[in-house]
Amino acid sequence: MKLLSLIVVCLTGGLLLYGTADLPDWGDPNAPASLHLSNYYIENAVRDTQVPNLVTAVLADYRSVDTMFETAVVFCAGLACFLLLRDFTPKKDHYYRHVPTGVILHVKNPDRQVIVGNEFEDIDKEWLPPDTIIKTVCRMLIPFIQIYALYVVAHGDFSPGGGFQGGVIFGSSLILLAISYNLKYLLKRVSEKFLGILSAAGVLVYMGIGVVAMVLGGNFLDYEKYAPIFGEHHIRALGMLGVEIGVGMAVTAVMVIIYINIVSEGKHDEGL
Amino acid sequence: MTELFMLIAAKYNYWLYIILMMIGLYAMIAKNNLMKKLVGMNIFQTAIILFYVSIGFKHNATIPIIMGDHGHGGHGAAIHAADYINPVPHVLMLTAIVVSVATFGVAMALCVRVYQRYHTLEEDELRMRLSEK
Repeated sequence: MKLLSLIVVCLTGGLLLYGTADLPDWGDPNAPASLHLSNYYIENAVRDTQVPNLVTAVLADYRSVDTMFETAVVFCAGLACFLLLRDFTPKKDHYYRHVPTGVILHVKNPDRQVIVGNEFEDIDKEWLPPDTIIKTVCRMLIPFIQIYALYVVAHGDFSPGGGFQGGVIFGSSLILLAISYNLKYLLKRVSEKFLGILSAAGVLVYMGIGVVAMVLGGNFLDYEKYAPIFGEHHIRALGMLGVEIGVGMAVTAVMVIIYINIVSEGKHDEGL
Repeated sequence: MTELFMLIAAKYNYWLYIILMMIGLYAMIAKNNLMKKLVGMNIFQTAIILFYVSIGFKHNATIPIIMGDHGHGGHGAAIHAADYINPVPHVLMLTAIVVSVATFGVAMALCVRVYQRYHTLEEDELRMRLSEK
């Protein structure tokens, strides 16, 4: 089996290597890929959209319908992870820690839901006090990571960045919180319901911008039609920013949803 | 022999990507563990992303962000296409990276479900368990 697959792989690789003889040289400015469409984008994108970052201009304006369904794909991935893994069966053992004294209560098979006061926190069986060094470093780092993520989203029109990148950075800051403390600490601040609503709202913001442009009398996602509301100046850049914010919201939420469901096998208790 | 070396030197980027791609393909076909197959799939996708990005490269060109005062209605120097690399492969690969992350997440979720049910991720053991029923 291994030998057979090695032969297949070598054969495919040989064919592909033979095919490279016809491909353009490395860095050739007259390569076929750089002759037709890309020249139009480079020479006219600033005039058409007033956005100097061509990648954002193509992604969020020329090809914005493509990006909209891209966001929908990301949303569907989060939904699939949730539906595959989420486990709502109630657990048998509950552990509560009295915060001022550190005493841990173990409740076995409660007949109905145990309601505890604010001085208790719901913990796991393998609960350990968070490490001081890790806690301090992460507490200092996380705000800066989040500010940087917002910068990346907001400056996607003028410098490298955009909704996908900023969303992933923001999501990773929340995942860092879950790793450095524990999963419950994250879920107390960012609840699962909030994440679900945020991921759906991101897609909705994107589609809403498109539909409102239609209501205002233009084509789907035609940002020019927002000019009576926001003014003529840089209106397409503003429309792209709105779209990128939607993408960033959806990507942030989906990253965290995928993480929390995979890491705890859908139980949302222990985590790493 | 010299001819072959000349050919490789001219197209060395494609040779590297194809070798990387074949490593991924071999892992997807021959490895027994489902997680290793997933890693192979990711290597394959990375090779394709590198291939596309290298197509967009031009000598003596910079990143596709227009410099200068073109954006504010000013008519400065004309923009030459040869000064900026091709933005289209970058856009396509940006979306491809996002799709690869999403598919990897879903694939890992499926692996977790398979492990919960059969307590193994080895393909031959899984096939044995399935044929027992």
